[in-house]
Amino acid sequence: MSETVTIRLTVNGAPVERTIAPRLNLVDFLRDELGLTGTHWSCEHGACGACTVRVDGAIVRGCLIFAVQLDGATVETIEGMSESGALADLQAAFHARNAVQCGFCSAGMLLTADALLRRNPAPSRDEIRTALSGNYCRCTGYHAIVDAVTEAAHQRAQRR
Amino acid sequence: MKAPPFRYARPRTLDAALKLLADEGDGARLLAGGQSLVPALNMRLLEPALLIDINGLSELSGIAEIAGGICVGALTRHAALGASAIVARRAPLLTAAVPFIAHEAIRNRGTFGGSLAQADPAAELPACVVALDAQLEIAGPRGRRRVAARDFFKGVYETALAHDEILVAAEIPAQRGATLFLELARRQGDYAIAGLAGWAAVQQDRIAEARLVFFGTDIRAVEAKAASVALATSLDAAVAALDSDLTPVADLNASAAMKRHLAGALLRRACAAALTRAA
Amino acid sequence: MTAPLSSADLPVSYIGKSVPRPNARRLLAGRGQYVDDLRLPRLVHVAFLRSPHAHARLKSLDVAAALRAPGVVRVVTAKDLVGRCMPWVGTLTHFKGMKSAPQHPLVSARATWQGEPIAAVVAESRALAEDAVALIEIAWEELPPLTDMDAALAPGAAPLHAELGDNLCFGRTIDAGAVDEAFAKADCVVEESYSFARHTGVCLEPRSILANFDPADGTLTVHYSSQAPHMMKEIFARHFNLPESAVRVICTDVGGSYGIKIHVYPDDMTTVAIALLLGRPVKFIADRLESFVSDIHAREHRIAARMALAKDGTIAALTIDDVTGIGPYSTYPRTSAVEGNQVVGLAGAWYRCRNYRAQLRVAFQTKPPTTQYRAVGHPIATAVTEALVDRAAAALGLDPAELRRRNLIPDDAYPWTTASGLKFEKLSQQAALAKLLALMDYDGLRREQVALRSRGIYRGIGLACFVELTNPGPAFYGVGGAPISAQDGCTVRLDPGGSVTCATGVTEQGQGTETMVAQIVAGTLGLTLDKVRVVTGDTERTPYGGGTWASRGCGIGGEAALQGARALKANILALAGAMLQAEPAALDLAGGWVVDRAGNRRIGLDEVGRAAYFRGDTLPPGVQPELVATRHYMPRQYPFAFTNGAQASYLELDIETGFVKLLKHWVVEDCGRVVNPLLVEEQIRGGVVQGIGGALFEECIYDERGQLLNGTLADYLVPMAGEMPDIVVEHIETPTAESVLGAKGAGEAGTGGAPAAVMNAVNDALAPFKVRVTSQPISPRRVLEALGKA
Repeated sequence: MSETVTIRLTVNGAPVERTIAPRLNLVDFLRDELGLTGTHWSCEHGACGACTVRVDGAIVRGCLIFAVQLDGATVETIEGMSESGALADLQAAFHARNAVQCGFCSAGMLLTADALLRRNPAPSRDEIRTALSGNYCRCTGYHAIVDAVTEAAHQRAQRR
Repeated sequence: MKAPPFRYARPRTLDAALKLLADEGDGARLLAGGQSLVPALNMRLLEPALLIDINGLSELSGIAEIAGGICVGALTRHAALGASAIVARRAPLLTAAVPFIAHEAIRNRGTFGGSLAQADPAAELPACVVALDAQLEIAGPRGRRRVAARDFFKGVYETALAHDEILVAAEIPAQRGATLFLELARRQGDYAIAGLAGWAAVQQDRIAEARLVFFGTDIRAVEAKAASVALATSLDAAVAALDSDLTPVADLNASAAMKRHLAGALLRRACAAALTRAA
Repeated sequence: MTAPLSSADLPVSYIGKSVPRPNARRLLAGRGQYVDDLRLPRLVHVAFLRSPHAHARLKSLDVAAALRAPGVVRVVTAKDLVGRCMPWVGTLTHFKGMKSAPQHPLVSARATWQGEPIAAVVAESRALAEDAVALIEIAWEELPPLTDMDAALAPGAAPLHAELGDNLCFGRTIDAGAVDEAFAKADCVVEESYSFARHTGVCLEPRSILANFDPADGTLTVHYSSQAPHMMKEIFARHFNLPESAVRVICTDVGGSYGIKIHVYPDDMTTVAIALLLGRPVKFIADRLESFVSDIHAREHRIAARMALAKDGTIAALTIDDVTGIGPYSTYPRTSAVEGNQVVGLAGAWYRCRNYRAQLRVAFQTKPPTTQYRAVGHPIATAVTEALVDRAAAALGLDPAELRRRNLIPDDAYPWTTASGLKFEKLSQQAALAKLLALMDYDGLRREQVALRSRGIYRGIGLACFVELTNPGPAFYGVGGAPISAQDGCTVRLDPGGSVTCATGVTEQGQGTETMVAQIVAGTLGLTLDKVRVVTGDTERTPYGGGTWASRGCGIGGEAALQGARALKANILALAGAMLQAEPAALDLAGGWVVDRAGNRRIGLDEVGRAAYFRGDTLPPGVQPELVATRHYMPRQYPFAFTNGAQASYLELDIETGFVKLLKHWVVEDCGRVVNPLLVEEQIRGGVVQGIGGALFEECIYDERGQLLNGTLADYLVPMAGEMPDIVVEHIETPTAESVLGAKGAGEAGTGGAPAAVMNAVNDALAPFKVRVTSQPISPRRVLEALGKA
């Protein structure tokens, strides 16, 4: 059963072609095949949110998709979204507010917060908490993250 | 927790998928959203020889209005279900339930059909389709058949689907009353400790007709028929009637007695809310 | 010791400034470097076969099929490690009578907890290693599990380790004052029993180790997600019989630790042994399922407590009896006795009462090893004390805040020695409580509570006063024989361009250690933060230190940084004085320049640097620049720098469902001099939520066979954003006079006080029903059981 599959997809705007085993999940593919170690895994059953990435414009759990499923797909990770500036306002707000400590949850947290702001540009604190309720952070206690997302929402609104 | 090795196929048509399923037999598993299957693979609770990725099957996609209701394709992602204007108009119970399903990243992949086929007793959608009297359309090697939602869910992870069948869609008649949806979970997005899905038709400050389906209490989503009849007498009678409707099972969060108690509390709150909204 | 910092020092320094962490930007950009991110040539991966049983004899082990599996390089069992790794014993000599059996990296004969590592498969990928683990054939003879603490300690109970005679790891009694007399005379006696469920750290980055042995030069390099690299260097050298100088431990980014990653783990030691065997890099990352059964657990206690009071509310006496279960081995090198020892040492310590009796029994059991985790013992001691105080307040008809006010050590009564022998230099208990009550509008909340009760809405207000031990001296561990350093060091060096490189022995796990050190050094040297680079976590590049634990980073590491920076400043000014022919005492540093007393720029730091390093020819004879200084610091006067605080929880209890909704939380904390309020506040907030986890959600649920029933993140409930409250934090600063900086620690206070405040709030909400919940986590089930509804 050592069958492999060749996939062609776009990762952070660049075309990628790899031949891989079907059981390789997306987060391991990104980290081990492509060296994109900014996305982390922690629970491997979808509960913690550390592995959150964007696939075809929607946030998903990287540990719950096999890379072979993504032939033709577009994947964006923390690296790409950081370099493109897509997360700049959130990153600045997180930084200023100390909404990051050990950093392990941050990639997933930022991508999830960004997805929230794209669909709800002026979320209340409760709405932010609900939207981030699938991203585990053990360090911050969440309060600073809620503050940072609120601030970033203001920044985004002002730029429009 | 890396998944064990498996072969992978991505059929382009429903018939091709059915053929693969039949040929492989017990060693095959369908991969739709994967939000329940992949954790099981990562934990090595399952070791299928072949994963059949059905995400490309257009026959299973789409939400459409039909005569008297809607038709929801099995591959409809939870996120799409929750965002659908058609669903909000014709089956708002589903719209109310979707935000309780896990979290956004899960909802962007998890599917309507996948949740029904998984039949987790604490999941929202099985209870909703039972409450809405849905008809589930199933495809198999012997052709198509329809099963009423109330007959579909048998037990914990157990449905009327044979191993060589694929859930295609649900035909859902237009909802006949105001949405009742309440869920008790320890944290946002967790499986319910106890939940109530249904609808109530309010006339002259009374609940004239109701469909009440509990989830998280029993081994499957269960319709509280005696309780809904007893509503005509009184709310207290309805709560008492839950004794005959429910057979709660203990889990890590609650004893059977506690689940029974919570079901009563949910019933009271749902009815109070329905009457308040109608007033 | 020079004079403490005065306000004259502060305006031109970073001390007290809420500066964002420079090193956090890269974490936010996905550029963290955690152990699993490291790629080394010929790297292999380890997966473990772990005991499925809580207690079982290993009858046979056949690894032949595993060895033949694709990608497998080696399969290692206990017999492969004989003579290669010295077993360890988790005892310290200053815990009199403490006993524990030797622990080995892999089980050879008998497993004593579900999850104990038995065999290791080494393969080209983790997935292939896991495939091969499944092929190991193993036969067990199950033995009776020993899960219950009382059963373990019952007379005649079969000892888990025959050679130890019984299952008591450690016992201690305290008897101070005249307890019996106080109870006999008391107007009011309250008593209650409490239980605290075992729970665990759940670091988002799992335990991670990458060990690399180069047989060509005999060097072992271990990349480790850990809090204490020097301690681990010492331990690896000792247990693998390597020269001390041949071992290097490197901690880069650590994805959360909270005390989990400061203990010696058999699977980590096995990984190092494999690296030594294979002479190539070997990586082990614990996955989530194995984390739940192999990370250390914490906080399994059952406590019976009694308090005697006079009718005016004066606490006359306190007794506690603590039984705690720690798994089959006391952990190494800190021991598993410290948790219980701190419970009995700390209970009631912030009140004036002098009559105190305590008994501690630490029991072995067949569950994962259990030991120090953030706030060690404080959450328990605080919860028990503060719950009894609330209970007493109700019995006496006194307001709970008032009862505390009457009993807290007065702010002018210091120094103070507690009944249990703890020495407090100076605390601000009364001021903290007063500030808390004002901050939260206590009277307003009480009025709101009454009004809502009449509408059938039950809110609870819970207070908790507490102390927290920080900045531990050598009497904590070193005295007992542990290779644990109570001192710490900092090397500060001026580079020719005028920037400073600074290496410290305290470490970073996200709390902001690097920023705190940079602030102190930059402020002392008159530089902006961007001119200071801080190096941590590498035993080869930093002074010998203790790492970060017991909230010592700022108080001890920060002081070493301050002393080192001051020493460098003196050296810079001595050189500048020689270059300028000015008195060094007439010079100062500001804005990257050597300035005179009037603030005029005399010479740039970069010019001083270039002169020292490249233009020695221009220096006067006899002048030898030393633009680098190292200072070490250890507190000598007080065994700990105690801090204090007061917390409050406000919540709403749904009495029909038992669900708790946390509305708000407040903390007033006094950690001495605050270097960076932003960092301290976020440590407090994170700590509070971690404490709330233990109070309401977290529990390792075991069945009678010692099987963990909820070992996934779906079933083990960690606090998530949706259920947590906003947390208001305010400061009081009572510096310690022991150091120039005057800082105490802040990392654990949030966790120490939160469970007490939350439990008190739940019971306050339940007060009209005359029932109480005294078991944590306080789940809806426990609430409904108390109310008789389930």
